[in-house]
Amino acid sequence: MIAELGQYALILALALALIQSWSPVMGARKGDMALMKLADSTALAQFAFVALAFGALTFCYVTSDFSVANVFENSHSQMPLIYKFTSVWGNHEGSMLLWVLILAIFGALVAVFGVNLPGSLKANVLAVQSWIASAFYLFILFTSNPFRRLAEVPVEGRDLNPILQDFGLAVHPPMLYLGYVGFSIAFSFAVAALIEGRIDAAWARWVRPWTLLAWMCLTLGIAMGSYWAYYELGWGGFWFWDPVENASLMPWLAGTALLHSAVVMEKRNSLKVWTILLAILTFSLSLIGTFLVRSGVLTSVHTFSNDPARGLFILIILIVFIGGSLSLFAWRAPLLKQGGLFAPISREAALVFNNLFLATACATVFVGTLYPLVLEMLTGDKISVGAPFFNLTFGPLFVPLLVAVPFGPLLAWKRGDLYGVAQRLLAACAIAMVGLAATFAFEGTKAVFAPFGIGLALFVMAGAVTDIAERLDLRSMSLEIIGRRAAGLPRSAWGTAVAHFALGITLLGLVFATNWGSERIIALKPTQTVSISGYDLTFDGMTSRNGSNYRETAARFTVRKGGAVIGVMEPSKRVFPSRDGMSTTEAALLTRGVSQLYLSLGDSNADGSIALRLYHKPLVLLIWLGALVMALGGALSLSDRRLRIGAPKPASRMLAQPAE
Amino acid sequence: MTRKQRRLILIGSSLGVLAFAVALILGSLRESIVFFNSPTDIAENKAAPGKRVRLGGMVKMGSLERGDNLQVRFEVTDGNKDIPVSFQGIVPDLFREGQGVIAEGHVEPGGTFKAETVLAKHDENYMPREVVETLKKQGHWQETSAPNAVAAKGTAK
Repeated sequence: MIAELGQYALILALALALIQSWSPVMGARKGDMALMKLADSTALAQFAFVALAFGALTFCYVTSDFSVANVFENSHSQMPLIYKFTSVWGNHEGSMLLWVLILAIFGALVAVFGVNLPGSLKANVLAVQSWIASAFYLFILFTSNPFRRLAEVPVEGRDLNPILQDFGLAVHPPMLYLGYVGFSIAFSFAVAALIEGRIDAAWARWVRPWTLLAWMCLTLGIAMGSYWAYYELGWGGFWFWDPVENASLMPWLAGTALLHSAVVMEKRNSLKVWTILLAILTFSLSLIGTFLVRSGVLTSVHTFSNDPARGLFILIILIVFIGGSLSLFAWRAPLLKQGGLFAPISREAALVFNNLFLATACATVFVGTLYPLVLEMLTGDKISVGAPFFNLTFGPLFVPLLVAVPFGPLLAWKRGDLYGVAQRLLAACAIAMVGLAATFAFEGTKAVFAPFGIGLALFVMAGAVTDIAERLDLRSMSLEIIGRRAAGLPRSAWGTAVAHFALGITLLGLVFATNWGSERIIALKPTQTVSISGYDLTFDGMTSRNGSNYRETAARFTVRKGGAVIGVMEPSKRVFPSRDGMSTTEAALLTRGVSQLYLSLGDSNADGSIALRLYHKPLVLLIWLGALVMALGGALSLSDRRLRIGAPKPASRMLAQPAE
Repeated sequence: MTRKQRRLILIGSSLGVLAFAVALILGSLRESIVFFNSPTDIAENKAAPGKRVRLGGMVKMGSLERGDNLQVRFEVTDGNKDIPVSFQGIVPDLFREGQGVIAEGHVEPGGTFKAETVLAKHDENYMPREVVETLKKQGHWQETSAPNAVAAKGTAK
C-alpha cells in the first residue's frame, strides 16, 4: 500500500515536471505572467510528491517490508535503526530517488527564494530544472523502480552490504548529491541566460550563492567519502585516484573554477561566455560522474548494478543534456556582449590564471579516468591508470596554482602591481622559507619534495593571513579600531581568506602523512609488543562478541608511550551471516592531537598469531580538517549580506558600484 | 595595450598551459598505465618479465598456502592456464579460494607472478569485470555465478 503510494507520487511528480518543462518557457516567450508563475506552484508540488515517494520508501525500510524487492535486497530486520534509514540510499534505486529528491528541493528553493529574479529568467530556470527532473523520473520509473514488489514475500532481507553499514556513509551520499545536483542550478541559470540571449553582472550574483552552496556540500561530501575509505577499507589510504573518486573530484575542480570566474563576472562584468561555459561543464561533469558511478562501466564500491539498460538510459540523458546545452552555447554565446577590460597583471587575470589551471587539472583527471574506457572500446586492451599518472600530471599543475593563491586577493582589479604585492607577501615568503629550510635541516635530502610541500603550505596559509592583515591595516592602530574594521570587513573577504588558509591546512596534512607516516605489517602473538614511531602496542588477547546483525572478533591492544599507558585499541573483524559470512575489517584509530595511530587486522594464523597492519599517520587529520575549514569559508562567504539579500539591484546600478 | 594584444596574451598563455598539460599526460601515460592480463596471456609471455601488469582470474581451489612472515602463495587460473602468485602482506577480507581476484605486480624470471597489490572484492557476489570476461573467453563462465547487487574493491598492500 505504502510502496504503491510512493510510486504513484513519483508518477505525479513526473506529470508535474512535464508541465513545468513547457509552460514557463511559453509564458516567458509570450510575456504571460500566469504561465510563468505556474512554475512556482509546480516546483513546490513536485517537491511535495518526491518527498512523499522518498518518505514511502523510507517507511518500507524502517518497517522492514520485505515484499518490496529493494528493501529485501538491501535491508535486514535486525539491522540498527540508523542503517535502516541510510540503506534507503545505500543502493542504486534508492540513491537515484535521493538524487531527484535533492533536485526537487533545489527547484522548490528557487521557487521560494527567487522572488527577486526577473520573471522570465526565473521561469526559464525552473523549466530547465524540470527537463533534468523529467529525465531522471523517467529513468527511475522505467529502469530503476525502487517500489517493485516481490511475488512471494521473503521472511528476512539480504542485508545491506556490511561495508556500507557505517555512519560515514549516512552522510557521504547526501552531501555529495547536494553538491552534484546543486550545480544543476548554475546549469539551469546558464541555459536560461542562453535562451534569453542576455546576461549581466546581476546574473552572476544570483548564481553565486547556489554555486557556493553546492560547492560546500561537495567539498564536505568528498572529504567524508575520503575519511570513510580511510577507516573502513582498512589499509589507511585516503585517496586512491579511483575512477569513482575522480568522478566527484572533476565537478569539484570545475565548480571551484566557476566560483572564481563568477566573481570576475559579478564584479567586473567580464568573462561572461567562459562563466556560462563553466556552469554547463560543471553540471555536465556531475552527470558524467553519475553515469560513471551508476552505469556499471566501472567496478567499485559504488557500482550497484551492471544493468546495461540503465547505462544506456543514463548515456542518452548525458548526450541530450551535455550535447544540447553545448550546442545552445555555440549558437547563442556569440550574442553575449563582451565586458570590462583588464591588464595581464590584475585580480581578473589572477582569477583567469586560477581558472586556467583548475580547468587543465580537471582535464587531466578526465583523460586519466576515461582513457582506459576509450582504449578498451577501441582496441580491446584492458589497462588501468593508477596513482602515478595522476601524481605526475595533477601535481605539477597544482603547484603553480598554489603559489598564485596568496597573490590573487592582494592584486587590484583592472590593473595590479605585482611588485607591490610581492613586497607585501615578503613576510609570508619568509615564513615559507624558514619552514623549507627547517625541514631540509631535519631531513637532509631524504625526502626531496617534503620541504617544498611544507614551504608551499606555509606560504598559502601565511598569504591568507596577510590578506586579512592588509585589509585591517594592522600598523599603528589600536585594537579597538582593528576590531571594528574586522567586523566591518565583508564576510566574503573573510570567506576567501579562510578557504585559502584551509587549502594550506590540507596540503600540510598531505605532506606530513605521506612523507613521515610509518607502516608496519607483522604477525603478532598475544603478550607480544610491536613498536612504531615511539609507541609500543602490546597484544592483550582476542575477544568475541555478538552485534545486532554480525559476530565480531576483536583484538585488544594496550598502547604505551615512554612506558605510560595512553590508550587501548580494539580493531576487529565482523562476520555477517546474512551475507553468506561476508566479513569486514574495522580499523581502530587512536587520535593524538591531529595525528593518528591506525591498526587493522588481517588473518589469524594456525600458530595463534594474527596479522596486523599498523600505521602512524602524523597530522593526517589536517587533510579532512582542511576540507571542513574550506567549507566553513564557503559558509562565511554565503552569509555575506550582498548574497543574502539576493541581489535585487538592476544591472545598470551594479556597474556603477566601485569595485572592491 | 590594445584589446587584441591582451587577448593574444590570454590565448597564448592558455595554449602554453594546455601544451604543458598535454606533455605531462603523454609523458606519464607511457609510464603509468598497467595492462590487464589473463593467466593464458601470462603463460604465452604476452607480458615482458619485470613489467608492471595486472593478472586476473580465479584463485585456484586448494592452491592457497600461507608461510612465515605473512607470505601468501596461491595460483590464479582461468581454467586454461594456472599462474603461481607470491605475495607478502595482508590479503583483503574476501580473498578466498574459488573466488575472483586481481593481482598487480610483475612476472619474475622463474615464471612466478610477484604481486605487490592484491585486489579482491568487498561483496560475496562481486566478480571483477575483467575476470568475468577472461573466464567467458575460456568458456568457464557459468551464468549462475553472475555478478549482481553491490560490487566493491578492496586492496591490500
